[in-house]
Amino acid sequence: MKLRQTFPLALVALLRNKTRSLLTSLGVVIGVASVISMVSVGEGAKSRVESIFSSMGTNMLVVLSGSTSSGGLMGGFGSMLTLTWDDLEAMRQQAPAIKVAAPVLNARVTLVSDEANWTTGVTGTTSEFFEIRSWRIARGAIFSREESDASARSIVLGQTASDKLFGAGTDPVGRSVRLRSIPFQVIGVLERKGQSPMGSDYDDTAVIPVRAFQTQLQGGLHKFIAGAILVSAVSATDTQRAQTQIAALLRDRHHIGEHDEDDFSIRNLSEIASAQQQGTKALTALLAAIAVVSLLVGGIGIMNIMLVSVSERTREIGVRMAVGAKPQHVLAQFLVEAMVLSMAGGCFGVAAGVAVARVVATRFGWSSVLRPDLVVMSFGFSALVGVCFGLYPALRASRLDPIEALRYE
Amino acid sequence: MSALPGGAAVPESSDMVVAEHLVKQYGAAGAALRALDDVSLSIERGEFVAVMGASGSGKSTLMNILGCLDRPTSGRYLLAGRDVSGLQRAQLAEVRNSLLGFVFQNFNLLARTSALENVELPLIYAGLNRRERAERAHHALERVGLGDRVQHRPAQLSGGQQQRLAIARAIVNHPSLLLADEPTGNLDSRTGVQVMALFQELWESGLTIVYVTHDAEVARYASRVIVLRDGRILSDARQIARSAASDTRSAA
Repeated sequence: MKLRQTFPLALVALLRNKTRSLLTSLGVVIGVASVISMVSVGEGAKSRVESIFSSMGTNMLVVLSGSTSSGGLMGGFGSMLTLTWDDLEAMRQQAPAIKVAAPVLNARVTLVSDEANWTTGVTGTTSEFFEIRSWRIARGAIFSREESDASARSIVLGQTASDKLFGAGTDPVGRSVRLRSIPFQVIGVLERKGQSPMGSDYDDTAVIPVRAFQTQLQGGLHKFIAGAILVSAVSATDTQRAQTQIAALLRDRHHIGEHDEDDFSIRNLSEIASAQQQGTKALTALLAAIAVVSLLVGGIGIMNIMLVSVSERTREIGVRMAVGAKPQHVLAQFLVEAMVLSMAGGCFGVAAGVAVARVVATRFGWSSVLRPDLVVMSFGFSALVGVCFGLYPALRASRLDPIEALRYE
Repeated sequence: MSALPGGAAVPESSDMVVAEHLVKQYGAAGAALRALDDVSLSIERGEFVAVMGASGSGKSTLMNILGCLDRPTSGRYLLAGRDVSGLQRAQLAEVRNSLLGFVFQNFNLLARTSALENVELPLIYAGLNRRERAERAHHALERVGLGDRVQHRPAQLSGGQQQRLAIARAIVNHPSLLLADEPTGNLDSRTGVQVMALFQELWESGLTIVYVTHDAEVARYASRVIVLRDGRILSDARQIARSAASDTRSAA
């Protein structure tokens, strides 16, 4: 007898007990479906978190000025200005791991429109700022590099600031806002970004060209940057390289001796991001573990039913052996039955899992992350479950003594 | 019958079964129970043998060994000239499949399986393809008079028909030896005689048949009767077989 002849035999045997076969494979259906849906949900959550972090700027570095030191009292980063505009230009030109860099000057300023006034954080920067923060414009436009260098009196408002000054739902583009009595023209409104991890409102802000900031708010152009430099690395994996290049460049430009401390500091947001990724990875692993456990439970269900089936069909086994079934024929028959049960369960489980993953993805607005390798893997695992948990009952069947089996009541 | 001395026998070509000093012992050596105690016998091709004996006489044990379902503790068993006493389980299965046919007291048919599929069972393990199986199974069913019951399930057949179905399964692989364990035990006497008539028909066409019975009436249809007691052969005699066919006619 050949193995392919075992499949119809197994199918016939399973179809004789339709309800039982159905309920038995249901265990595997649920197991496989939960593997696929849970891992897909985990992956979806992970990619969602990743996209949130990359919108925060995961490949972003912040370069700050060093600290003052007067009589042993350390003033903290930025208390002594050490970064110059020339440093910024040098970074842009000479550090290949840097994609773009932008100065960031901050002040709290009261903005006055025709209807209202609102005090908010105003940032003076260049057009690269929007790219680094991956902050898109909702209405109007952002200022160009030329405008920021030419101290144009243009202002881009955050959504909250716009609402407070002009009322919600009003398009402020083209209207005028005064900062310390100096009129600025609103050229754009930023896309809503929501709340920062620390609870502050990203949208309660206004952005103006850096030259305008210096001349109108800081009272003149200076050699040093009275703020920070935001840097975007070429890619998220290049942040470390960018950090090293910036450090080397600035130490050289600031003539810092080999054993002296840096007079600047570089902060790396990717550390936060990687911590978050670790968290979602752990979540995915946890979900996968739960799913694997449920698949194992399904396997035990198969073993249970196969054992029942073997003892129920002891006489049948005896008859088969009497007419010439070898032990390996009986083994193959029951093993194939267990595998058909588990693989049929696997098929339906894959379908159910994909459906659940789709529903969850649409429900939460995630992109549906369905890994084909996962589908193949969980299907293979279900077959493996069939072999593993079917082996013991099949071995028991094949080791039956034909005389005892024929006498069995 | 030939009682062979010392196990140094040369199998005669006409002997279907040659058993020499068969011993089957159950339990540990101290409290051992000898189900078969030095049984030697030979059965020629074309014999129709009834094995009789009270329960516990060892007749079932003898049938199990003759049927290659069990192995003797000691002794030698040659089936169709081949020594099968030392074979492994898988090899015994092959022997059962190619040389033997079984008929049981309780039929042992697979429920919820058609007559045809029941008869095909030995052919599946012989490795025949679907077409050959169906062809031979149909032929066997016709031979036992069930040609019109091919798709019936065992439960839809009468007791006599079920036993005839079992006989079809036993002869479908063209066995050398047909073994039957109380084939009429679950049947009323009239149906029993009909089944015995079928056995005689198969015997007359050349098949060697050995059957166990406790019923002296049923044993009269055989050409030879062996009586066992306490694991030994008590008597062994040839006789003129009584025609079961004429018994069915006179009963009708």
